[in-house]
Amino acid sequence: MSVPVIEARGVRKRFGDHDVLRGIDLSVGTHEVVVLIGASGSGKSTLLKTMNLIEGIDDGQIFLSGEDITDPRVDADAVRARIGVVFQHFNLFPHLTVLDNVTLAAVRVHGMRKTEARTKARALLDTLGLGAKADEYPDRLSGGQQQRVAIVRAVLTQPEVLLLDEITSALDPQLVGEVLDLVRELKHQGATIVMATHEMSFAREVADRIVFLEHGVVVEQGPPSQVFDAPQQAATAEFLARVQH
Amino acid sequence: MTSTSVDAEWQPSELELSRRALRRRATTRSVLIALGSSVALAVVLIVVVVNTPGWAIVSQTFFDPQVALESIGPIFQGLLVNLLVLAIAVVCVAILGTLLATMRSLRGPVFFPLRALAAAYTDFFRGIPLLIVLYLVGFGIPALGIFPRMPPMFWGTIALVLTYSAYVAEVLRAGMEAVHPSQRIAARSLGLTHGQTLRIVVIPQGVRKVVPALMNDFVSMQKDVGLISVLGAVDAVRAAQLMVAETYNFTPYVVAGLMFIVLSWPMIRLTDVVTARLNKREQAGGVV
Repeated sequence: MSVPVIEARGVRKRFGDHDVLRGIDLSVGTHEVVVLIGASGSGKSTLLKTMNLIEGIDDGQIFLSGEDITDPRVDADAVRARIGVVFQHFNLFPHLTVLDNVTLAAVRVHGMRKTEARTKARALLDTLGLGAKADEYPDRLSGGQQQRVAIVRAVLTQPEVLLLDEITSALDPQLVGEVLDLVRELKHQGATIVMATHEMSFAREVADRIVFLEHGVVVEQGPPSQVFDAPQQAATAEFLARVQH
Repeated sequence: MTSTSVDAEWQPSELELSRRALRRRATTRSVLIALGSSVALAVVLIVVVVNTPGWAIVSQTFFDPQVALESIGPIFQGLLVNLLVLAIAVVCVAILGTLLATMRSLRGPVFFPLRALAAAYTDFFRGIPLLIVLYLVGFGIPALGIFPRMPPMFWGTIALVLTYSAYVAEVLRAGMEAVHPSQRIAARSLGLTHGQTLRIVVIPQGVRKVVPALMNDFVSMQKDVGLISVLGAVDAVRAAQLMVAETYNFTPYVVAGLMFIVLSWPMIRLTDVVTARLNKREQAGGVV
């Protein structure tokens, strides 16, 4: 079996007197789409943040393509440059145009030539119907458009893995679809994705594997059909009953 | 939140312990490097200064221990005058500054004259050098002959208050404008009047946002109280000046300068601490 793109082994994280992650083991293979589900506070977001080294961990290890990125000697900036992240609140830079937002990391971090980055970004934005917005500032865009720009910003440098942290939670319901369409498209292009979401029907459709977290541990994981239709654990069944009405 | 808490039985693994040791060693190393480079820099500076051709004369004229010792008493007496002026001025600036900021933030055409007046005031006093305000107030107003004779310290305080109120008013106004409009809307939706909204919701939040800037103005005022010496008030600077005139030795100026530094230092440190704490609260949820 090939080396996992990202792998967590026994990851623990404590905030004050609260254990948020209590020994998480999770392995994500190339081209795999893993969807994290669970109640608020179950540790989904924290797990994604530790994978990107935004949060340090208190025990365990995280590997990116076989390299231990939780070793203190590792250059965290270099690791983050290899990972794409999209946040709940988009976090586009309001003082930069869409095009500058999208090409920032490619030019400043990855040393791509500016003209090349802009050409590539424009082409990508065009295919998403955002070409006309390339020279606008983020506040002129709808939430859905902003989030799609944020995704383009994350994928332009072809990261090894894409971390999506509840990317539709801050959107109006009618704008959720366009963002999820883009995630679907990325999956078809073979992206490796770890995603935390509350969109259960989307999770079922797009995920290769569902991971259910509760109180900072992986309670159950498996293909969507198994987790959603025949959960093995009582906690999973209970959670699904609550969120699916 | 959920019912999770701390796992009592969890012990850090060997790996985690070795990582912590590694981080500790890295910290120790950077502290040692910082210490080493600081000492090296200090040595270089001292060697360079001491070896300048004029050092012998400079050390005699500016750093004479005998003169320094003699000047401490009178200068400290003067510093008490500075402190008194500062204490009174701070209170007056807080009141006048808040008043001006509130005037500038009044809405509605009825209040146009007040708004215009406040704007003109802040423009004028932020533009004019403090030294000129001191001369105009300190020598001009008494010359009108309508006020009873007042000590120069009194007019110096007035001049400081006039100038610093303009600065503080602008800082406060910036803070009030930085409070998100949704807060105003929420307050008005509860039925609070414009005045109540300002007093109970906007000003408390606005002030909090600009605490570092206000403290910075305070530090700057702490040393500007020394300028009242130009009016003849015998404060720390004036006391030093008198001694310099007697001895032709500049050491008293150095002593006065050191006293002002000692006076302002606690406030400067406190400003840093408060600023750091505010930043931490604003950036809750991220470590990068």
